[in-house]
Amino acid sequence: MSGFPLWMLFIALALGTFALRYSFIYLFGKVDVPDWLADALKFVPASVLAALVFPALVYSDGVLDISLNNIRLLAGIGGALVAWRTKNVMWTILVGMILFWVLQAM
Amino acid sequence: MKSTHQDFLTGARDSLPILLGVVPFALICSVAAISVGLNPVEAVGMSLIVFAGASQLAVLQLIGEGAIWIVMLLTAWVINLRFIMYSATLSPYLQDEPLKRKIPFIYILSDQAFGVTMSKIASQPPANPAWYYYGVAGAIWLTWVFSAIFGAVLGNLIPASWGLEFAFPLSFMALMFAALRDRPTVIAALVGGITAVLTKGFPYNIGLIIAALFGIFAGVFAERRAKA
Repeated sequence: MSGFPLWMLFIALALGTFALRYSFIYLFGKVDVPDWLADALKFVPASVLAALVFPALVYSDGVLDISLNNIRLLAGIGGALVAWRTKNVMWTILVGMILFWVLQAM
Repeated sequence: MKSTHQDFLTGARDSLPILLGVVPFALICSVAAISVGLNPVEAVGMSLIVFAGASQLAVLQLIGEGAIWIVMLLTAWVINLRFIMYSATLSPYLQDEPLKRKIPFIYILSDQAFGVTMSKIASQPPANPAWYYYGVAGAIWLTWVFSAIFGAVLGNLIPASWGLEFAFPLSFMALMFAALRDRPTVIAALVGGITAVLTKGFPYNIGLIIAALFGIFAGVFAERRAKA
């Protein structure tokens, strides 16, 4: 993906995101956040992020591989420990990538 | 100095410690963009226009996998749903502000700007909370833009053979652990993650959206049960 369609994608992403950012600032005094929405929104980050992480670790070249041969899974578990202890993006990437490279070289 | 300007500067100053986290995240977004084939101008353009790192990384991963645009949009918007809560929380402080000031600064609302502003309001409320927020948000935005440009230069120097696409799940992992606060959020993550694994073969990466919804539903259900 590149050129015009890509820029259109950026603009659509930005407009939708602005609508979310502006939503209740615009609605102030008119509508309150309904309880069911507030309840559901609490679980968005954990749910979506896990949905992005899990498949990337257990699939290897498009095939489900839950074994010690899957270096993404092994390096990912190492990265998960760092992520759990530090909650820091940079450290998680650093340790996870180094593990990935080392396992690849072995 | 006018008290509004004073609060603006205090906000900018208070954001300094947070900026240490903004720099690498913006770098990562640019480097990731280049790694899936965007050119440096597109990489910086994305960070400037979209200005929402986690959703940018998700879209970039989907670009790398060749997903269709509607799935990219839905995924990014779902990730950014959290801004609804920020919007609702900030709204009382911005209601008297003119649109010409409010709109640009709401465009650059970020997790970090929200966090710094709300913790200040909770501890020692500034005289002009809106201006304080503008200072925080502005400092973060400026740092983000310069770091994104630097990242685009850096990304161009990194060879594809490094397998940097593995940095995507790693970065999401760090963000995910930060979002795990209690049992229901852990259940939401487990259900979302496992559903995504099971629906991986679905066309157009639509499994990602299904998984996100299942995870959210499971979290709400777990919390209601815990309360009951």
